[in-house]
Amino acid sequence: MESTLAIEATGLEKSFGDTEAVSGVDLAVRRGSVYGMLGPNGAGKTTTIRILATLLRPDGGEARVLGHDIVADADEVRARVSLTGQLASVDEDLTGRENLILIGRLMGLKRGDARARATELLDAFGLADAAGRLVKNYSGGMRRRLDIAASIVVTPELMFLDEPTTGLDPRSRNQVWDIIRQFAAQGTTILLCTQYLDEADQLADGIAVIDHGKVIAEGTPAQLKVSVGGSALHIRLLDPEQRPEAERVLSRVLGAECHMEADPSSLSTSCADPDRAAEAVGELTRSGIGVANFSLGQPSLDEVFLALTGHPAEEQTPEQAIEEQQAA
Amino acid sequence: MSTDPTTRVQPTPGVEEDALGKALASTVRPPRASAMSAAVTFGWRGMLKVRHVPEQLLDVTITPVMFVLMFTYLFGGAIAGSTGEYLDYILPGILVMSVLFTTVYSGVALNTDLTKGVVDRFRSLPIWRPAPLVGALLGDSVRYLVAGTVIVVLGVILGYRPSNGVPGVIGALGLVVVFAFGLSWVFTTLGLVMRAPNAVMNAGFMGIFPLTFLSNVFVDPETLPSALEAFVDVNPISILATASRGLMDGTVAAGDLAVVLGTAAALTAVFMPLTTYLYRTRA
Repeated sequence: MESTLAIEATGLEKSFGDTEAVSGVDLAVRRGSVYGMLGPNGAGKTTTIRILATLLRPDGGEARVLGHDIVADADEVRARVSLTGQLASVDEDLTGRENLILIGRLMGLKRGDARARATELLDAFGLADAAGRLVKNYSGGMRRRLDIAASIVVTPELMFLDEPTTGLDPRSRNQVWDIIRQFAAQGTTILLCTQYLDEADQLADGIAVIDHGKVIAEGTPAQLKVSVGGSALHIRLLDPEQRPEAERVLSRVLGAECHMEADPSSLSTSCADPDRAAEAVGELTRSGIGVANFSLGQPSLDEVFLALTGHPAEEQTPEQAIEEQQAA
Repeated sequence: MSTDPTTRVQPTPGVEEDALGKALASTVRPPRASAMSAAVTFGWRGMLKVRHVPEQLLDVTITPVMFVLMFTYLFGGAIAGSTGEYLDYILPGILVMSVLFTTVYSGVALNTDLTKGVVDRFRSLPIWRPAPLVGALLGDSVRYLVAGTVIVVLGVILGYRPSNGVPGVIGALGLVVVFAFGLSWVFTTLGLVMRAPNAVMNAGFMGIFPLTFLSNVFVDPETLPSALEAFVDVNPISILATASRGLMDGTVAAGDLAVVLGTAAALTAVFMPLTTYLYRTRA
């Protein structure tokens, strides 16, 4: 019987020495969906993905991927999924074409079919001109595209993408996002790990927020935002120096606390009423504070994360950094 | 998905949407690659690396050449009375030594591989588990063969004339490569246990160096203190050197051949599963 779930995991646990990387993760991912695992470095995302992709054996709990047990039927799982890791999983000492032929042959394609598939993928990923160059001379974006191409030499039913855009410039990031959207449109199930809230928001239908090895919240991006409560007024100032002053004005007019965003010239506060928002912005202008732009909308996932965990998503302790390294 | 206009994605050049769609639409799932085919594919990967960076064959070729020249002309007269006579004794020995030294690099290469993401991809493929390792060693065996051939060719240039001729030389080369294949598994295990490529190199040579020198590769053990001689006589590297000499000059003892092949098989039987296990489980 075909389950409608691509991933069903219950109580997954994994420790490295004394560090508990994953402590009881439950996941249910529908077939054909793009599911985001969101969390800071060291939250246990990579370890979870490596367990599900059969690279690590869990210490506890169990999981079925596409209906197959990840421990007992590991090979069945491997035949149907692909993993794009944090480190580009391509061979730097080979050319792009050779990399794809290598994977094709290992996946059981005949020599001619592997060559044809390599050409097809190099064309599709805009790598035809670089096909004969060694991968070590590729840019980060090209390397990532080749990596993703290598993941679909045999079209997988489920793709694990571990931080697919980390370290990429905005243009390459957009290319990777486009590719992921295409995969989703074709019905491939995707489990996407990311620490970029924006990325999960852009791509995922469902999100699990992970912190300290546990799922601390789950839902659609919209649900998560609602769970934090209300809409928010986002304001970007012309001059970041004026932010403290702007904070005072906003608190006075709206009677709510302000949240300082990562961008030094931006701040936000909760506000549901457009009239009062307009009034607050007017008051800023009257006080001589230049407003570059403002918007009234749902809170960003950044704020969601802060509300759920009590610490911002970017925070990373040294122990977590070590743990993440061990997991990798 | 968000519709925030500042983050809306423009059509990106470089990625061909139609072609990508077509590429994804093909859902052919080929039958699993056979164990043999997967291993041979990994051997091909090793060969490609040599083709892209031929310099890496230098260490395999230069060092043995230096050893032959140094031992023959520096020590030959002192050890055997004449350089010509010593060349006859030492050439099969250096063949053994240079190929066995090359096996350490198999462990170093594997350790280097581990620091790269590509191993994750290999481990997540539905292939015969030892295939990446067996394949790498098959590829390395070609390097062993190159190292061995260089020595033999150099020997012939310097006046070495084995009485069994070409078949003897091919036999000796084959035997050394088979033994090296078995021994490599020890170093691949080491390559998975140690933390850095350099550590593998140091530990590997710390083992192989004394074992090679405490053999009959360079000197006839009869001149050694008896305890040392006893060790040298049972050292598999001595037996391999003796068997190689025997194959080249036509006096090989079947017992020696059996010991060499048996040792290679035993090393493979113990260290291949160990290496495979470590390769799969190293996090």
